[in-house]
Amino acid sequence: MTTDGRGRGGGRAFLGMPRARVGGGGRAAGEDRAAGDGRAAGDGRVAGRARAGGEDPAAFPPFPEAARAAVRDERLRANLRHATSTIRDKRARAVGELADWDRLRAAGKAVKDHTLRHLDHYLLQLEEAVTAAGGTVHWAADAAEACRVVTALVRATGEREVVKVKSMATQEIGLDEALEAAGVAAYETDLAELIVQLGRDRPSHILVPAIHRNRAEIRDLFRTEMGRWGRPAPADLDDTPAALAEAARLHLREKFLRAKVGISGANFMVAETGTLVVVESEGNGRMCLTLPETLISVVGIEKVVPTFRDLEIFLQTLPRSSTAERMNPYTTMWTGTTDGDGPSAFHLVLLDNGRTDTLADEVGRQALRCIRCSACLNVCPVYERAGGHAYGSVYPGPIGAVLTPQLRGTDSGIDASLPFASTLCGACYDVCPVAIDIPEVLVHLRERIVQGGPVTRGGVRVRIRPARGHAAERAAVRAARRLLDRPGALRAGERLLARARRLGFRPHRLPGPGRAWTETRDLPGAPAEPFRDWWARERGG
Amino acid sequence: MTTKDRILGRIRRAVGDARPPAAAEGGIARDYLLQHGHRTPAERVDLLAAHLAEYRARVHRADPDGLPALLGRLLAEPGARTVVVPPGLPEWWLSGTDVTRVRDEASTTAHELDRVDSVVTGCALAVAETGTLVLDGSPDQGRRRITLVPDHHVCVVRVPDQVVDSVPQALPLLDPARPLTWISGPSATSDIELDRVEGVHGPRTLDVVLLGPE
Amino acid sequence: MRVALFVTCVNDALYPATGVAVVRLLERLGVDVDFPAGQSCCGQPQYNTGYRYETEPLLRRTAAAFAGYPYVVTPSGSCAAMLREHYPRIGRRAAAEGRGSELAELADALAPRVYELTEFLVDVLGVTDVGAYFPHTVTYHPSCHGLRSLRLGDRPRRLLAAVKGLDLVELPQAEECCGFGGTFAVKNPDVSAAMGADKLRHARATGAEVLCGADNSCLTHLGGMLRRQDAPLRTLHIAEILAATQEEPAR
Repeated sequence: MTTDGRGRGGGRAFLGMPRARVGGGGRAAGEDRAAGDGRAAGDGRVAGRARAGGEDPAAFPPFPEAARAAVRDERLRANLRHATSTIRDKRARAVGELADWDRLRAAGKAVKDHTLRHLDHYLLQLEEAVTAAGGTVHWAADAAEACRVVTALVRATGEREVVKVKSMATQEIGLDEALEAAGVAAYETDLAELIVQLGRDRPSHILVPAIHRNRAEIRDLFRTEMGRWGRPAPADLDDTPAALAEAARLHLREKFLRAKVGISGANFMVAETGTLVVVESEGNGRMCLTLPETLISVVGIEKVVPTFRDLEIFLQTLPRSSTAERMNPYTTMWTGTTDGDGPSAFHLVLLDNGRTDTLADEVGRQALRCIRCSACLNVCPVYERAGGHAYGSVYPGPIGAVLTPQLRGTDSGIDASLPFASTLCGACYDVCPVAIDIPEVLVHLRERIVQGGPVTRGGVRVRIRPARGHAAERAAVRAARRLLDRPGALRAGERLLARARRLGFRPHRLPGPGRAWTETRDLPGAPAEPFRDWWARERGG
Repeated sequence: MTTKDRILGRIRRAVGDARPPAAAEGGIARDYLLQHGHRTPAERVDLLAAHLAEYRARVHRADPDGLPALLGRLLAEPGARTVVVPPGLPEWWLSGTDVTRVRDEASTTAHELDRVDSVVTGCALAVAETGTLVLDGSPDQGRRRITLVPDHHVCVVRVPDQVVDSVPQALPLLDPARPLTWISGPSATSDIELDRVEGVHGPRTLDVVLLGPE
Repeated sequence: MRVALFVTCVNDALYPATGVAVVRLLERLGVDVDFPAGQSCCGQPQYNTGYRYETEPLLRRTAAAFAGYPYVVTPSGSCAAMLREHYPRIGRRAAAEGRGSELAELADALAPRVYELTEFLVDVLGVTDVGAYFPHTVTYHPSCHGLRSLRLGDRPRRLLAAVKGLDLVELPQAEECCGFGGTFAVKNPDVSAAMGADKLRHARATGAEVLCGADNSCLTHLGGMLRRQDAPLRTLHIAEILAATQEEPAR
């Protein structure tokens, strides 16, 4: 390993993504669907409109449509290829250093499965421990309730602004929009989140949310937008990453130093001790967790682990999977409040928002093991070409394709298209540090969409009907099955194909659904005879 | 029905027969390694030094006799005029410098800390395999904010006593009731085109002094 | 030794030469090959698209066709993975849905007898030099199922490296999916085509004459794109290379 050549992954808190200032999507149960005009822009960016209470799936086009635009965006493709291949190779080296990686992976999976199996028990234990340590625990069933709880807590402090450390959970619920509606300014403090927020953009990667932006764009953004939010960028700002980081440091420092309220998520919550853990790189997390008087952490209920000792697994697997580092620059662990050190008030908001519905699905529940490392994004050939925005959710890539349709349901075009946004190549499963069999869950969710079946929505078990859009496909599959289940008929069909070829029928373009194939590829030529005829002739079978 | 009851009810229906975990079930197969390789104490310290340096911390070694002069030099080099000192830092550590000491009081504001140039602390322990320092708010380390706001952190690690091999060896030595800060190199970001930049919000310079026995 | 050939529906209908090659290769190695006529499609495309129930009759049919054979050999990594991994899963799901253990028993009885061709050659027959002759430059694309489900590892490359006259060149980023993905190719045609184009760019950069694979479904996708490119590169199933001899060269 060289000392200088390593360039450590993406420097940031990995626990979540920034929310776009304008941009969102989310769980829509019973909420207004007014907002949302997000469509795939020509440059592959989706500018959906966000609203308080969560992302609106209706704001996003189906995956293939968004991906079509992204695939044609050469700059986006180049940025993504560079980013994913760089992190991919480093991750492989970092993981290769640990001879017991497979055992750590199995143990991480086992701890998470055990916790999910007894989630009620561990959440109660966590609540007790946090309360005993001076914290206050709140429960939120959905995005709207979580936003109400947090907004009320901020209002009670009398403050009009909060500093936020990157949190996917708060973006999932549209918290910044809710705070804005209540007259509270929420400042994202992670560098990439700041870039996304200033650009009224959406994040496109879990670890490197602004990966779709290059340095010149960022410089322009800082020059024109920083002044509207606080300390302006220096007039002579150039586009070197060091200069841009320095501008962000100065801009955000004044906010950190005066902030009275901090909002975070968490990577882990320890049930036995009530300890919360935030893993990050830049130090904005430490600022938000340490300097304000009031700290509010919004955390999905699946983030609990039973014991402090369990962290020995995840603190080894998360950094190596995420930024490909042996350890990330900063990890903060806190338990309730501490006299004289850090916030004097700590509120933990435990968020359901579709997680218990996901837990009710025996195949799909493994997605709740996710520790948000983003390794699956970096190895995914589909993500690399479609980009994060095409996934229409705070959770992009393979994990998003299995998590989003479970958290939000599959009523919308985007959510029903996500399980099909994969070749099932299995690279994501291979690198997952908690062994989520993403292809298995994808196939399971496809089944729910094309054939219908039992699901749980809002705690209620219902049976969803097969999606209408797949009716023709369903009929074709049924017809094919009847053919394939009768070798006599199959043989007749094969002979028909061979005869058609002998008569010169070799279409270059197919109509209907076949057109998607012949758009870019020739059909294989039909052989003179099927194999079974050769066998019958040559081997007398 | 409260939201809490509703969520707990959903969980119990989702997993079928909800019951507290049996003692035997808590037994997750922990057949992973508790450390990666066996090292002598000196090798462990060398590995820590190598990994700290790889993560762009500046690593120095000193014995007790040389410590005051080394700390004096580390503060003088960047031109520090003020240094914040945790309440329990051994007096003699800073006997080789006349940089103005700022005591951290409960009333010290973040703005005041922002005007301080450097901070000198001890640590709770260090992890060789990952190149990590852990602070737990003990008197020689002080409140979390003093190692965060100043731009220059000098951290003294007593070697080999404070150095463990691995993360699994570190956790049992730490008290989760205390606020814990794990530091592996200076603050960093690679958010812009994956170009690494040291120091965004935390201290941009991290000096680590490995303080050996006489 | 008696083995049943599971030729797969794709090879039966579109690539009989691959099936013929497997028969000739195995017979040359002293294996007694049978082709149970009751076989059909394993149901992989249907299953992977979400039609698990439509797959169940095909599971029954496949299990019945190969009952009693100690070895079932197939020249397709993805179909082998279907029989080995997904059939037992389909059986377990049916049992969990209260529909009895019949499917699970059929699947569990079949799965351990299924071998992908290169796996059968290297692990069961214990050969890497199969006496083939193929005087061409070849690069090998390890399809996803072979690579990550069956863990074929370097078996195909060891077999190719032992072929007389064959010059094996490494394919850059070989482990990346070609973009076929069954119905993915038509449901997400733009991403599929972009992935295929990148795979072919890497393959053409090797300067090889032949892009070899162990799964004709991936080669259908790549070959279909190649024909539009008018490239000096063609796709060929590994069985056809391994079956080729000086006396009976490959097509």
